[in-house]
Amino acid sequence: MTFNWLSQIFIISLMNLRNIPQRWGTSSVAIFGVACVVGVFIAVLSMATGFQRTMSNAGSPNTVIIMRAGATSEMSSGLSYEQTQWISSLPGIEKNGEQLLSSAELFVVVDISKKTTNTSANVSLRGVMPAAFAVRDKFNIVEGRNFEPGKNELIVGRSAQKQFNNLAVGSSIKFGQTEWRVVGMFESGGGLAESELWCDAKILQAAYRRGNSFQTIRAKLISPSVLADLKAAVAADPKFNVDVKLETAYLSEQSAPMTKFIMGVGYPLAILMALGAIFGAINTMYTSVSTRTREIATLRALGFGAFPVAFSTLFESLVLAFVGGAIGSVVAYFLFNGYTVSTLNFASFSQVVFDFAVTPALVKQGVIFAAAIGFIGGLFPAIRAARLPVATALRDNG
Amino acid sequence: MSNSATLEKSAKEVPASNEVLANDVLVSLTNISKTYKKGKELVPVLTDINVKIQRGDFVALMGPSGSGKTTLLNLLGGLDNPSAGELIIAGQRIDKFSSSQLTKWRAQNVGFIFQFYNLMPVLSAEKNVELPLLLTNLTSKERKAHVAAALDLVGLADRAKHYPSELSGGQEQRVAIARALVSDPNLLLCDEPTGDLDRATADEILALMQELNQEQQKTIVMVTHDPRAADHARHTLHLDKGKLIQE
Ligand SMILES: Nc1ncnc2c1ncn2[C@@H]1O[C@H](COP(=O)(O)OP(=O)(O)OP(=O)(O)O)[C@@H](O)[C@H]1O
Ligand SMILES: [Mg+2]
Repeated sequence: MTFNWLSQIFIISLMNLRNIPQRWGTSSVAIFGVACVVGVFIAVLSMATGFQRTMSNAGSPNTVIIMRAGATSEMSSGLSYEQTQWISSLPGIEKNGEQLLSSAELFVVVDISKKTTNTSANVSLRGVMPAAFAVRDKFNIVEGRNFEPGKNELIVGRSAQKQFNNLAVGSSIKFGQTEWRVVGMFESGGGLAESELWCDAKILQAAYRRGNSFQTIRAKLISPSVLADLKAAVAADPKFNVDVKLETAYLSEQSAPMTKFIMGVGYPLAILMALGAIFGAINTMYTSVSTRTREIATLRALGFGAFPVAFSTLFESLVLAFVGGAIGSVVAYFLFNGYTVSTLNFASFSQVVFDFAVTPALVKQGVIFAAAIGFIGGLFPAIRAARLPVATALRDNG
Repeated sequence: MSNSATLEKSAKEVPASNEVLANDVLVSLTNISKTYKKGKELVPVLTDINVKIQRGDFVALMGPSGSGKTTLLNLLGGLDNPSAGELIIAGQRIDKFSSSQLTKWRAQNVGFIFQFYNLMPVLSAEKNVELPLLLTNLTSKERKAHVAAALDLVGLADRAKHYPSELSGGQEQRVAIARALVSDPNLLLCDEPTGDLDRATADEILALMQELNQEQQKTIVMVTHDPRAADHARHTLHLDKGKLIQE
């Protein structure tokens, strides 16, 4: 006595779905609820993803960043000229012809007004030496030219130019007493540096009275395998007094507080909204079951099983949730993907410009989230549908 | 089928006067009672019903409103369980069945015809008729053939693709009858099948049911208020306040 449950489920689900236009009002409540939740969920996560992507795009697995021992960021680090010289003589650092791929850099934070709000924000101004360009893989000047050593000239990152006033190539901008000319605009693979302004290290040292000191060294390794040797060499001699970190590790450390903050706000918000959407879905599905009471009772009288009836109700709920999830994802994609914002990076106290990134992985997460809402929302109504007392239900409507 | 043999044998042991008919008993109710709980009170709806229905009979079940007709029909259809008594249909003690056993049993043994047809509005006539066959192992081709035959039998072969909203009440009831027939059940159960139809259409439906009984040997139990409807049946049972009144 095999009962064809699949065909039962199929036909009941088909009827349920065809019935939806007659229950459009309540069905759209469920769809709308799920769409909102998934939309917000994806928006929040795309912010975190975009931020992380920007931070990590800047990093190369071959590049180390060397800072004063115990410094948690470039900001709080400081290196004397002697230290930078000693470090450059360490083994394992790549050479390009005669030039060591080791770049001593310093940076200050300057005030620039944001285009969107016209309020002032902290932006990193980095002083570099010629090796800086060779150390970075994806660095590329796309407009204008590079600054000339010894002049008060700036090149600006693409994101910084997009977000802040007065950074067009050819314009002048004043920080403190010093007037700077913007001579070029650069890209660096969408990474963190694109939020920065760069100039000659010597000029920056003079303008901000830094003497001959730097903050960090970025160096390119011959291969990732020499990292351990390099670390050991530094640890062996107390005169160095520095920490060596892979750039990727450093940047993910830097992005952690911000990402945590976004997630810490985003997840509770999404879960709170999801609770609302679940109640919406439950309500919709109870309504669906009660408007289909007679239909369900008739099918049960004909010999259709309780399980297929329950399962089809669950299926309907899942379909509504998927539709909602799809709408939410699409709306989030069009509203937020590539939407550029700048925010204060807690770790460096300077602005990071990044794009929201709605990735396929995020959409997948959103869809799973929607399915979970649909499942929970449909479960109890499905059980009610299965337990419907057939005789009474037929009587109510007969 | 071995069960029904036992039934025939035990029926023979009873020195009943109508032994010949008892050989053909399809439905047997012995001391059937049904009570509902209303709060703490027990409301008796059916008390001590004893009746046998032969295979091939057409029984009209009459009685005033609230006398328990629908309740009795629901018991016969395995939609509800009796509170006490023994209910045997086609040799099976269906009062002992679990609800999932009853579900399967219904699919194979009874066809229901309701006052308001209860067709699925989103399915065409033929898809409505096909529903009970989805519970069988028939192939799609076999199902189509059965559906066509059933629709032909009720005179609606040309309306197969129509949706319920495109049919008259009488036509809808014919589709419902085709649906009840299509899996060739032992028993057709009808609750006021003509209650929502005008006189002429009602007479057509009753004539159809009579034909099904006489020419297709369908066993029919039909609840009705209408004495003219009852005239189409072979026998009439009267219920009053939950008790059968002997004629
Ligand atoms: N689920 C229930 N709970 C309590 N009482 C019920 C229930 N179902 C039916 N009854 C009662 O059982 C009695 C018989 O009901 P039933 O529907 O069988 O009568 P009927 O003869 O079919 O009446 P009608 O001609 O109006 O359809 C009524 O008094 C009804 O109120
Ligand atoms: Mg009734």
